[in-house]
Amino acid sequence: MNKSIQTFGNIDNTVESTPGLSKKLIEKISLSKDEPDWMRRLRLKSLEIFLKKPNPNFGVDISDLHINEIVPYLKPDAEKSTSWDEVPEDIKNTFEKLGIPEAERKVLAGVGAQYDSEVVYQNIKKQLSKLGVIFLDMESAVKEYPEIVKRYFMHAVPPNDHKFAALHGAVWSGGSFVYIPENVKVPMPLQAYFMMASPGMGQFEHTLIVVGKGAKLHFIEGCSAPQYSVSNLHSGMVEIYVEEGATMRYSTIQNWSKNTYNLNTKRAIVDKDATMIWVSGSIGSAKTMLYPASILKGKGARAEHMNITYAGRNQHLDTGSKVVHLAPYTSSKVDARSISSNGGWAFYRGLLRVSQMAHHVKSTVECSALMMDDESTSSTLPIIEIMNNEADVGHEARIGRIKEEQIYYLMSRGLSEDDAKALIVRGFMAPIVKQLPLEYAIEFNRLVSMNFESRLG
Amino acid sequence: MLLEIRNLHVEVEGKEVLKGLNLNINPGETHAIMGPNGAGKTTLASTIMGNPKYMITDGDILFEGKSILEMTVDERAKFGIFQSFQYPEEIPGVKLRNFLKLAYDTVHPDKKLSVFDFGDLIVKQADKLKIDRSFLDRYINVGFSGGERKKSEILQLNVLNPKLAVLDETDSGLDIDALKIVSDGIKNFANPKVSVLIITHYQRILDHVKPDFVHVFMNGKIVKTGGMEIASELESNGYESLTV
Repeated sequence: MNKSIQTFGNIDNTVESTPGLSKKLIEKISLSKDEPDWMRRLRLKSLEIFLKKPNPNFGVDISDLHINEIVPYLKPDAEKSTSWDEVPEDIKNTFEKLGIPEAERKVLAGVGAQYDSEVVYQNIKKQLSKLGVIFLDMESAVKEYPEIVKRYFMHAVPPNDHKFAALHGAVWSGGSFVYIPENVKVPMPLQAYFMMASPGMGQFEHTLIVVGKGAKLHFIEGCSAPQYSVSNLHSGMVEIYVEEGATMRYSTIQNWSKNTYNLNTKRAIVDKDATMIWVSGSIGSAKTMLYPASILKGKGARAEHMNITYAGRNQHLDTGSKVVHLAPYTSSKVDARSISSNGGWAFYRGLLRVSQMAHHVKSTVECSALMMDDESTSSTLPIIEIMNNEADVGHEARIGRIKEEQIYYLMSRGLSEDDAKALIVRGFMAPIVKQLPLEYAIEFNRLVSMNFESRLG
Repeated sequence: MLLEIRNLHVEVEGKEVLKGLNLNINPGETHAIMGPNGAGKTTLASTIMGNPKYMITDGDILFEGKSILEMTVDERAKFGIFQSFQYPEEIPGVKLRNFLKLAYDTVHPDKKLSVFDFGDLIVKQADKLKIDRSFLDRYINVGFSGGERKKSEILQLNVLNPKLAVLDETDSGLDIDALKIVSDGIKNFANPKVSVLIITHYQRILDHVKPDFVHVFMNGKIVKTGGMEIASELESNGYESLTV
């Protein structure tokens, strides 16, 4: 098998024709956003690559994904928002169970702008700007900080990385831009939630984060309630640059509606003595391909990947991590856990590469999978490539079925079967979930309990 | 009567293990069932608790006069039955404290204890049983020694306070100190309203707990019933002496 940083497998050569995605449309998008010329050209170049590039031939089956169907939503003058009545029933029920307030529902359904959060956001912004922090929606950043944005935008993940990176480059819209100056330690986590500035965005959002030398940031992506996707494709991108001695923590819960293809790309370039921490929980979408990546470029750089994936009925979630050690004395730690239930399929796909130059590397990769029943599937594919003899690499993979004896033990103390299962699953997830921000951890546990019809809150 | 077992026949994986067992336990009584390895001691304990692995082919189990054969494991627990396990399962990631609160709220829905009051309750019980408080914040049985697991079972018994405690080989693998702690825990639980059924191979725990009745269990049946004198007899002559 031929593996590279960009892809995990071979590429097939079928090119999908997408007449709807035209140069004209991209020009129109760019014009409506009043973008500088370099961005317009980046979009057009990306489109060209997208039209030429084949689909990836690994991961989830995307033969049912029709790119043309998203085109109407890309038109800048199109009505992107959908009404609450059009939101699918299961999502509505979830909102009800979670007690998401009406105002928030509107935002999440993409109808109203985020009036309630506006004030909060402005206050945070004031505090942060005193520190020199830039926290803006991506469109504004392109205009207000063209120098910085141009230097980093789609440099960690270039458009020719893979087909959906190219698509993203062509049609990206929304997202956050964060710039933390040298030695500034941001005291509270920043949430992308506050950045949902215009309705209907968020499907091709671009998040660009630069953490300056010695700086520190915790960034939280998305909101924990189900995100209803108006088209059936989410293809966002996150690019993070962690400069020398800086620390970056990126926490996220992915809970897209169950009709969504979530083909997301996240990558961090980690400099000398800097630290990158990814904490991810995936529970939504029909199909997901997501492998947060850390490129350990500077000597002594560190990465930690903590990942939990829950695949329930009709879901195929292909998640994992990529760590590339390019420099000596770099270290990494991967702890990936997945649960499959009710016929769901959880696939762990991991790549650990230690380059020839990267001597004295330390790395541990642990992946464990828990299957709840006979109809569910768990797979693990950890790929480890070590190109030198001075690397200390540990690897452990475990796949197992939930134990009847554990369920019986908990039931003998009075717990119902559903509660017993939910508790065992929670325990299995606990080391990762407790790394999430508290309200996200609670939410994640609740979402899992709901899957078991467990009453555990 | 609290527990009444009538002519119980049980199969495990197609093999008959219990062959017409009868047993009556009144509130306030402590019974011991002694039997050699392979006699079906764990089968008996698990059948009372309702483990679906064990198939009842004949007979009945009544609890407070009501047949419990149709009840699920958790329903029996809520009804007041508790099984202490010879090999308690590990549940990684779940703290004993949190699990016990959940279990307590389930089996005592009428007693609404706050997290703090419940904390006081379990700390009190742990101290009384000389169980280190740090146990409470460890994951259930994970990394516990054999003795620690048994102490944890006895702590759970005292916190959940059921009507009937079925203790399966609770004494196995315990050193003298741990045996005393576990025995004291059983005595601490016992009162005129609740009953204890100790299932064991050895006499030593009975010397501490002093049951009201001792039954000898062999070949799927109770073959002899009496008092503590039976336990001493077994200890000196072995189960062989009873085979005829």
